[in-house]
Amino acid sequence: MTRLHIDWTACDGRGLCAELLPELLAEDDWGYPMARDGSPSPTVPPALEPNAQRAVDRCPALALHLTREAERPSAPTR
Amino acid sequence: MTSVAEAPTVQRRLLAQTGHGPLPTLDASQVVGLARDAGLTGRGGSGFPLWRKLNAVLVSGRPPTIIANGAEGEPASGKDKALLTYQPHLVLDGLQLIARAARASTAYLYVAQPAAFRAVLGSRRDPIPVTLVTAPDAFVAGEESAVAAAVAGRGAVPADKRFRLPDTGTLVQNVETLAHLALIARYGAGWFRTAGTYDEPGTFLATIGGAVAAPGVVEAGYGVPLGDLITAAGGPTAPLAAVLVGGYHGAWVPADPALPISREALSPYGATPGAGVVTALPLGACGLAETARIAGYLADQSAGQCGPCVNGLPRLATTLADLAAFRARPTLPAEVTRLTHLVTGRGACRHPDGTARLIASAMRAFSADVTAHLNGHCLATHTP
Repeated sequence: MTRLHIDWTACDGRGLCAELLPELLAEDDWGYPMARDGSPSPTVPPALEPNAQRAVDRCPALALHLTREAERPSAPTR
Repeated sequence: MTSVAEAPTVQRRLLAQTGHGPLPTLDASQVVGLARDAGLTGRGGSGFPLWRKLNAVLVSGRPPTIIANGAEGEPASGKDKALLTYQPHLVLDGLQLIARAARASTAYLYVAQPAAFRAVLGSRRDPIPVTLVTAPDAFVAGEESAVAAAVAGRGAVPADKRFRLPDTGTLVQNVETLAHLALIARYGAGWFRTAGTYDEPGTFLATIGGAVAAPGVVEAGYGVPLGDLITAAGGPTAPLAAVLVGGYHGAWVPADPALPISREALSPYGATPGAGVVTALPLGACGLAETARIAGYLADQSAGQCGPCVNGLPRLATTLADLAAFRARPTLPAEVTRLTHLVTGRGACRHPDGTARLIASAMRAFSADVTAHLNGHCLATHTP
């Protein structure tokens, strides 16, 4: 499952991502990206992955990352 | 399910005035196994199992960095300071146990006043040298990634969480957690579990403050009734209106003496024991005004890195201050709800989440006074 991760320490609210990825992101009161589903790191459906990659590539603050989950067991037992 | 095998009550383990004998040498799998069997969880607020974090560090394949976190940036908390003052050796024992198990070359003690520990460190024959690092006096300076940044020589501010810290070889443990581990290594996991509840074993240090006769640090098993903690702190100085549990990132709960202080019993109030801070609000004090004061402090304590926190926390604080000071409009409660959702989950650390949780709990716990304030008066203080 691919998710869009926002590095809030880097994001300065230019708003490009919300324009490139309006299906997933809106802007909050101050212009920072806000996931439409209300989650901190929204899931990216496969059909939107190219658009999400474009948003990642064009973010002027390099604040966006696509992360893929379930690649690593989270807690080995011993 | 909580099984109450024995009535949990106030007791002394970390704070007992007894010698504990030599520290056994344990390998990594023994430390992980003991911590897991004991059910030892982090006492810094998150309550995360120590063994899981330690195991992640061990399998990360990265050079281990082991840090004892005594920053205690929370103004209402004094338990780490008390522990480091009265039982520094237990903390340092726990740090050595983990540093040795992880084969670290250095261990770190992160505290506000490092100079005070030079003599204690000099009196020990620790196999792993301990480096002292100064914790700045800031609320978020004790956050795990801020601690790691400070030890790495950068500013003590939270970092992005794309990678989990233990996966990078860095283990940050609260000093109280390490002190518990030092006792578990000597007396065993079964002994540890004879305090607390089945699901939440062991004792914890609580800092009791507010309207109590003898504010201070008390040790008790998880599940201890709220009333026992208040009694241990000299009893209430006035009838109580509510109690803030979990500190400035905590939640307001009813002043019910029978309420067990455990994750399970507090969850209906959106509260957790957190780092053990319990602050009593007397009848006649306005919970909304007190929460607005704390919210203003928390807004000031933003590290200034993340937009939703930088902008949202001051907005939340002023909205709550307006409510407290009767500068109210009918849409205000809905605006508070909207803002708490707006900041939650949208930062490098949980500072916005914790602030939102506190404010949301105040709106619930003092709901009658919210209505009264909207109509221009206060039920608690009978003003204006």
